[in-house]
Amino acid sequence: MEVLGLFNYWVFAALLMIGFYALIARQNLFKKLLGLSIFQSAVFLLYITMAKVDGGTAPIILDPDLVTIFSNPLPQVLILTAIVVSISTTALGLAIVVRIREAYDTIEDDEIRKLDRRS
Amino acid sequence: MLVIFSLFLLSMLVVTAIAIIRSEDLFSAVMLSGIFSLLMALNFFVLDAADVALTEAAVGAGISTVLLLGALALVPNRERNSRRKRYTFVYLTTLSAIVLAISYASFDQPRVGDPAAPVHQHVAPWYLEKTPELIDIPNVVTAVLASFRGFDTLGEVYVVLTAGIGVLFILGNSRTGVLPRRREPKLTSSLKNHLIPRVVGRMLIPFIILFGLYVQFHGEYGPGGGFQAGAIVAAGIILYALLEGEGAALRVLSPYVLVGLAVGGALLYLGVGIACMLLGGAFLDYSVLAADPVKGQQMGIIVIELGVGLAVTGTLLSIFHAFAARDQ
Repeated sequence: MEVLGLFNYWVFAALLMIGFYALIARQNLFKKLLGLSIFQSAVFLLYITMAKVDGGTAPIILDPDLVTIFSNPLPQVLILTAIVVSISTTALGLAIVVRIREAYDTIEDDEIRKLDRRS
Repeated sequence: MLVIFSLFLLSMLVVTAIAIIRSEDLFSAVMLSGIFSLLMALNFFVLDAADVALTEAAVGAGISTVLLLGALALVPNRERNSRRKRYTFVYLTTLSAIVLAISYASFDQPRVGDPAAPVHQHVAPWYLEKTPELIDIPNVVTAVLASFRGFDTLGEVYVVLTAGIGVLFILGNSRTGVLPRRREPKLTSSLKNHLIPRVVGRMLIPFIILFGLYVQFHGEYGPGGGFQAGAIVAAGIILYALLEGEGAALRVLSPYVLVGLAVGGALLYLGVGIACMLLGGAFLDYSVLAADPVKGQQMGIIVIELGVGLAVTGTLLSIFHAFAARDQ
């Protein structure tokens, strides 16, 4: 049971590297962006994992006199805004991919490099 | 029981991530990434992060999937199958080694849920203790987001706005200007002829908008706030655009209105900060807004959450229309 308390960190490591694999090994720019968003999600998972307190509940104080254990609100705040920022950056990346497709008629990284070298 | 459930959810995350990377059909990869976000939202919920789970479900599983599909309509939807995969072995070995190294390092980490972990010792107890006294709203996440760390959130709103401006400038063209035109693009024409999505979808839209408003104005008491509400309202209007055609949606909310919402929301937030300075307080110190500091804090939080909601709705919808209006 004690070791299971670390399972979240292992999943974090695995997701991080799965996303990173797509970034470095795949040529398709769209796939690279999907990999990047998996990479970001892994970081979100790490932060939210750190915020958890055993026997705690979501940090919403309904009755100030009642002593309750709450999970840590601070990492949750950081990740809440980070999720919205991540969708905006993904959208910006997608816009650039769409323009690359129009300019080069391909979204494969190596073909784009080939075309660049030829011109 | 909960332990088994969370182990299952976490394992499913890894399986889905591998499926996303392996799939050569980009359409299925996008669908899988929607599932991935939903699983991630469930994980956040199990880890007591109700606000974050709501955001991930609305933004990750909802808006993100729609934007990815909008972009996919403009690029080839199959990944090229490259036979010669150079360095794959090197990549896999290196990355597996890093996974093992991080896992090995994790044995020095505090166990998940350990109340004695260093992260719970610093400022978090102060926030939990002082929120009822200084701000007196139940949701500590909203209190930290909008008041204690309001400056940080202001920055995030401007990052979102900047990304939206970037998308409009990249996808707009010189003939028609930066803002998308009103016309019927191909992305949306298909759903119009499908009876069931049309009937069910039309019935859902008012409820989605209503839920968005509830999340917006109930954010001080329960999970929710401007970021989530903005995404939910945007999702409702995107559903309308998919059902009735893009032109109809742009007639309801024209591109100028959307950009106005985005910029107006961001300026509203900044304006509250400046108003605080003019009233003699520090930037974004809402205590000076009313005679009673606690009432002032609550007033400030409600106004800036409204600004965040407007900015997020306007930006996300502008981005959606920019993709949908692009010629193939």
